[in-house]
Amino acid sequence: MPKVKIKRKSTSTDMTAMCDVAFLLLTFFILTATARQPEALAVEIPSSTVTFKLPDTDISTLTVGEDKVFFGVVGQDVRINTLDRIGKQYNITFTDQEKKRFALIDNFGVPIASLKQFIAMDNSERMKLTQPGIPCDSGENNQLKQWILQARYANKELHNVELRFSIKGDSKEEYPTIRRVIDILQDQEINKFSLITSLEGVN
Amino acid sequence: MAELDTSGGDKKGGKVRSKKQSTKVDLTAMVDLAFLLITFFMLTTTLAKPQAMDMFMPDKNDKNEELDVKASRTMTVLLGSDNKIVWYMGVIGDNPPTVDNFGKNGIRKSLVENNKQVIANTGNPEKGLMVIIKPTDKSVYKNFVDILDEIKIANVPSYGINNKVENAEIGLMKDQGAFKE
Repeated sequence: MPKVKIKRKSTSTDMTAMCDVAFLLLTFFILTATARQPEALAVEIPSSTVTFKLPDTDISTLTVGEDKVFFGVVGQDVRINTLDRIGKQYNITFTDQEKKRFALIDNFGVPIASLKQFIAMDNSERMKLTQPGIPCDSGENNQLKQWILQARYANKELHNVELRFSIKGDSKEEYPTIRRVIDILQDQEINKFSLITSLEGVN
Repeated sequence: MAELDTSGGDKKGGKVRSKKQSTKVDLTAMVDLAFLLITFFMLTTTLAKPQAMDMFMPDKNDKNEELDVKASRTMTVLLGSDNKIVWYMGVIGDNPPTVDNFGKNGIRKSLVENNKQVIANTGNPEKGLMVIIKPTDKSVYKNFVDILDEIKIANVPSYGINNKVENAEIGLMKDQGAFKE
């Protein structure tokens, strides 16, 4: 009887196609991913079980932490329009160059008086600067109120959609600061807004 | 693993043949790396979207603020310092206050039980508990988010946020050691 020889198959497979697909996907994800900008004010957000995903557009975020309030709105066109309106309000003219630079700032917390100086800085300088927050005391100098109001006008004009507001507060932030921000929103009859939280399981 | 064809050549005499090298390259490591990066980018793009929870405030300008809710259906929740909660049913002084903490066996249990109790009393599942949240100056933002969360977990049908904390309530909290200056 002849021995039955078992054919040894090679274990190496052709991976060219797999490699192609993998890199195609990789390229896609790299291109679609947007680099996350470092935040001007680092906050530790609280967690909650009931959450939904925030929309990508027509949203403004008010970051609250360390007794300071930072303002940011999504969309470069909305930012430029808002800056225009704020400029008119406070009699400051911004050049096109400044508007373009401002459009790239995600959120900020400087009073209007030093806004021009802030825009002129480059990114690394901005990161080093401790921003004092936007003045939001009740009274004449309530700049946050103006920013909110003008951003709403800007968004309505450009996209014809009401701007949504979300509050991103630090877990340890004392309630009076949050109340002040909520009050400013409520004064403009914004009674519905979102609180940015991270997801947590029910325990 | 790279396969090189080493056959041929080394023949005595004859022509000198150039070695034929295989064009196959081992792609395993490259594919590994590619998939690792894909996983990374996929996860970061989907997870980076901020999560949020919605909240509603009562209209400030609405003069008919007084809702037609029986006092027996209301539960006032006061948020104090050190993550402490004091709550009472109905009008202040009617029922003894209870000190609670956040968590599964704390305020959540109280909310669920009170809700059941109220529904049993009214006999109408639609007329459940009405929670009034009063965050004091000593509470932190996390408490506020947590209590809204607990209310949603406990399926309490209605809630309201009231920023006007009365002196009697502050006194009540001080008695319970839930309000530190």
